[in-house]
Parts: sequence; C-alpha cells; structure tokens
Amino acid sequence: MRMIKTDILIIGAGPTGLFAVFEAGLLKLKCHLIDSLPMPGGQCAEIYPKKPIYDIPSHPEILAGDLVKNLEQQIAPFQPGYTLGESAVSIEKTIDDQFIVTTDKGTQHQAPVVAIAGGLGTFEPRKPPLERLDFFENKGVNYIIKDPEIYRDKRIVIAGGGDSALDWTIFLEKIASSVTLIHRRNEFRGALDSVEKVQQLKNEGKIQLITPAEVIALEGETTLSSLSIKREENTHQLECDYFIPLFGLTPKLGPIAKWGLEIEKNAIKVDNTLDYQTNIPGIYAIGDVNTYPGKLKLILCGFHEATLMCQSAFKRIFPDKRNVLKYTTVSGVSGFDGSSKQAAKSTIKTIE
Amino acid sequence: MPQDITIHLTDREGVHHELIAPTDMQMNLMEICKAYELPVEGTCGGMAMCASCQCYVESDHVLPERSDDEEAMLSEAFFVKDNSRLGCQIQMTDAIDGLKVSLAPSE
Repeated sequence: MRMIKTDILIIGAGPTGLFAVFEAGLLKLKCHLIDSLPMPGGQCAEIYPKKPIYDIPSHPEILAGDLVKNLEQQIAPFQPGYTLGESAVSIEKTIDDQFIVTTDKGTQHQAPVVAIAGGLGTFEPRKPPLERLDFFENKGVNYIIKDPEIYRDKRIVIAGGGDSALDWTIFLEKIASSVTLIHRRNEFRGALDSVEKVQQLKNEGKIQLITPAEVIALEGETTLSSLSIKREENTHQLECDYFIPLFGLTPKLGPIAKWGLEIEKNAIKVDNTLDYQTNIPGIYAIGDVNTYPGKLKLILCGFHEATLMCQSAFKRIFPDKRNVLKYTTVSGVSGFDGSSKQAAKSTIKTIE
Repeated sequence: MPQDITIHLTDREGVHHELIAPTDMQMNLMEICKAYELPVEGTCGGMAMCASCQCYVESDHVLPERSDDEEAMLSEAFFVKDNSRLGCQIQMTDAIDGLKVSLAPSE
C-alpha cells in the first residue's frame, strides 16, 4: 500500500489541527490530517455546527460550522492532505527518526513529526445498553451505514430521534422491503424538511413509526431475527433483518491511549513551558487532547498551542536552519498551490 | 454576599459527597462536579448535547422544567428514569439548597 509522506502528520482535523496547517505552511512545512469523522471540523462539525461561539478573538460571534469553513479556506493554499473516516490506531518509529502511523483501514502515513490534535478522542457510535448487542454486531446490528446496498429488500428497524435516524429512514425506505422507525418520544429533533418527509412517508403507509417506544431486547440464534419493542406498557416482537441504532456519536480517547504517551485523566501530558511536546520526542499534543497545569480547553488556546508546536517542529526537522518569526503583514502568505497574498503596496505620489 | 448552597451527591460507586456550591458564579451542577473532580465528563461543555452529566434527582426540590434541548437529549440517552436530569441544565440557585442527586451510569 502507498505510504503517505508529509512533514507534520496531524491526528484530528478539528479547529486546532486545521489551524496547525496554516502555521506550518508559513514555515513551508506540509501537513496531512487524519480524522475518524468523514468531514473536517471535529466537535464543531459533529456536535455543535449551529451553535454560536463568542470567544474567538476578533469574532464577536461565529457559528462553529462557519469557524470550520473559514479555517478550511484559510489553510487551502497550503494544500493539506486528508485521510478522513479513518482512525489512527498504531504508531511506530523507524530507525531514521520517522514515525509511521497506520489507520484502522490500513492507510499508512510517514512523518518526522506527529501532532495529536485529537480533542476528546475518536467519535464512536453511542451504543444502547442492550443485552447481546455486542453479539449481534455485524450480524444484523450496525451503527453506521456504510454500504446501503446490503439493506436492499430487507426488513430494517431504525432507533433514534435525530437527523441521522430521520435521514436514513427516508433513504432506506426506497430500497428496503420495510422500514420501522422507533423513538422514545413523539417529537423528533431534526431538520424540518426531514421531519415532514418522515411524516409524509408514515401517512402514505410507506414506513412504520412506533413512538413513544424503545427496543428492549434482541433475539436470534446466530444472526438477529427479531426485536422486543416496548410501547407504553405493552411489549411486542417485531421480526427484522437489521437493527440500526442511531443515537449519535461520543468521543473516546481510544488506541492513542496505548501509544506509550503519559496520560492523565484521559488527556496527554505535555510540556507547556516550551512546545507542547509529549514524553516521546517528536510527538506533540495540542488542543483539547492535552493537559498541563492550568490547561483550559478552549479553541483559542488550541490555536496558540498549534503555533508553538509548529515552531518546535521546524527546529526538529531542520536542526541546522536558523528561523525567525515572520509576520504575515510583512511577508504575506505564499501557498504551496502557487497562490500568493500580500498587503497592497502603498502608492507614493507627489502632490504638486 | 450570596450564601453558598450544599448539594448532596452520590457518585457511581455509591460514595456520598457534600458539594458546596456558589450561587453567584453562574455555575451548573455539571460544572460543580468538575470543580470537585468528580467523574463527570461534560463532553459537550454544557450544551445539553451529550448525556455525560445525567443524574437522578432524589429530593423533592422543584427544579425548572426541562428545556426542549434537554428533553430531546434525554430521549436519546440511556439509563433514563423519570427523575433524570442533565446536570449542566441545573443552575446553582438558593431554591435548590440541599438538593440530593446521584450520578447516572456512564455510557
């Protein structure tokens, strides 16, 4: 398999990881980002894209989703690479002081510097506390819809009350033989369009809606064959081929916790007196994922940490090069894509 | 000076904690738990968008009603009971002095 090579490998494409690309770019260092989510933005994109943030310097108010969009635009000239929808699972060091990071899908990345900007960790599906749920995983229970084709002409039960439950109900209705949506209450939290569409499908008898209800048990010999559904005081069985619980995602530190890094309270200890390096030289941790005395989990602190990390990474990659801080007001921004931005020259003209 | 209030909290191991909470710092129960270094993640930071601060209210105090956001989150949370609340939505006020709560299991 092809090896992706870069200068700084950033694990986590949230605001801190994205901004690190910019600071690295000013130093002519290339970056590649890995993120378990299918899109950049981390928590800002996954948990609260529509929430306003009020403590980003010079933005009196900005929606989390817009912050991510702006960052993507700001770093675009530095052409970051992305490995999205994959989680970094292992790291090894080569004899020539490089790190090789491999994802859960086997993609390999090589870089002299690794910056972990993993926030609260990898987003994993929230699993309802049901007996034998683990047993039926991939034997009828899926938390993520990867290949919709497997649901063709099957009987599907979806549980959840948010956008993904609504969206997948609408989508799968077209290919499945039956779709049942179960939610603990009658109200759904989702885009108005989706709620109305599901209402319409229900009115037309194209889907079955069971509310307020919940799945309380799973049955089957080797694969899932039915669910027990409790609606108010009554429980009944519903035969099905697939059960898809969609209760959102929750972050877990995951495999990074086993990389030999010093961990304290689910966060990676770093040297905050200097450069946010971990106990393993060459591996840095920036943003919400790190901890040090006085740590504040704020986006603006992550930006600062990313900046100092990049300066230190430069010295590590080019130990013999002298480096002096450049101001973008003076030097402008020259992208790897050939683009160049600079302050307009003032015109000097005699007034006669 | 506003008086501090006391919250009686039982953690997931059944250990009882007496939390002294200020009422003039706009703090909520999730934040008080974090200040006392109790195992409450507060993943979403207090936006009622995760259920890591779910607790069960065990005294008769009348709390402000659940907001739509809290109601929606609890409808997708696990281990929910009738007396479930999200700690981040319970503000520290004089009215809840002596409140008794226990932490819901972590997911």
